[in-house]
Amino acid sequence: MSASEFFNMGGYAVYVWSSYGFAFVLLGWIFISPVFTKKSIIKELKIKYRQQERQRQESTE
Amino acid sequence: MKLPAIVHKFSSPKNFYTMSGKLVPWFVWSFLITLVFGLYYGFFVAPTDYQQGESYRIMFVHVPAAWMSMFIYMVMAVSGGIGLIWRIKTADLMASVSAPIGAAFTLLALVSGSLWGKPMWGTYWVWDARLTSELILLFLYLGFIALQASIEDPRNAARAGAVLAIVGVVNIPIIHYSVEWWSTLHQGATVTKIDKPSIHIDMLIPLLVMAVSFKLYYIASVLMRARGEILRREQNTRWVKEVVENER
Repeated sequence: MSASEFFNMGGYAVYVWSSYGFAFVLLGWIFISPVFTKKSIIKELKIKYRQQERQRQESTE
Repeated sequence: MKLPAIVHKFSSPKNFYTMSGKLVPWFVWSFLITLVFGLYYGFFVAPTDYQQGESYRIMFVHVPAAWMSMFIYMVMAVSGGIGLIWRIKTADLMASVSAPIGAAFTLLALVSGSLWGKPMWGTYWVWDARLTSELILLFLYLGFIALQASIEDPRNAARAGAVLAIVGVVNIPIIHYSVEWWSTLHQGATVTKIDKPSIHIDMLIPLLVMAVSFKLYYIASVLMRARGEILRREQNTRWVKEVVENER
């Protein structure tokens, strides 16, 4: 089987590759997105904790 | 019924965070290995179908995705129920973070099914029982996500979501038996039949490997989502403060 035969998928290339392409994009995004979400949560919480710390210091002064 | 104290201790958000952090890489790697093997087998070893030609190779993504869409729904409903009865925060969390993954698999099952239906049935969509009940499953997931997003108090959001998820379980047997109960274009079950599966062994192997791969994907993915969400929900505890401060 040649490469072009393989990519042709017996004439069903459009259907086969768009199925797999859609799966790749969708599942890839679902997989990667929590990495960014977690990073942004940590960033937010760092700011929040720093503010709390500052307020605590101000109230004790 | 009361759960033993060890269950509560084991499922505490802090313990969950530490344990899942160690487990995630194992699931990611075993997912990738099974994925490569499953795709290789599915494209290069599995023979051409005598009726459907090469188009049937959509099955290796379509069928596992459809199985996952139902499996994740059951996980969501059961863990929602556990959260409802025993008030285990981690169970509520698992239900919430499973929903987007389940919705993605449902959408994938519908889209890949459509792309398979066009060349085989001559249409992208028919309003028959199998396709319609799977579409309802997508709406149940989206309803669950929207409902939880609209309730600010996490306790109430978890409770409302769990009730919705449990009621929606009625749809799962409808999806499964739809091909037997109503006349449809969709083919019947080939793998989960009582007698021998009516599928060539070299088609069955990649199908099952892909199904395992998708399960591993789900576990890795749900743990990663849960770890982020846990920090947000437990942000007022000392341990989360320590975790956050130790991150660069």
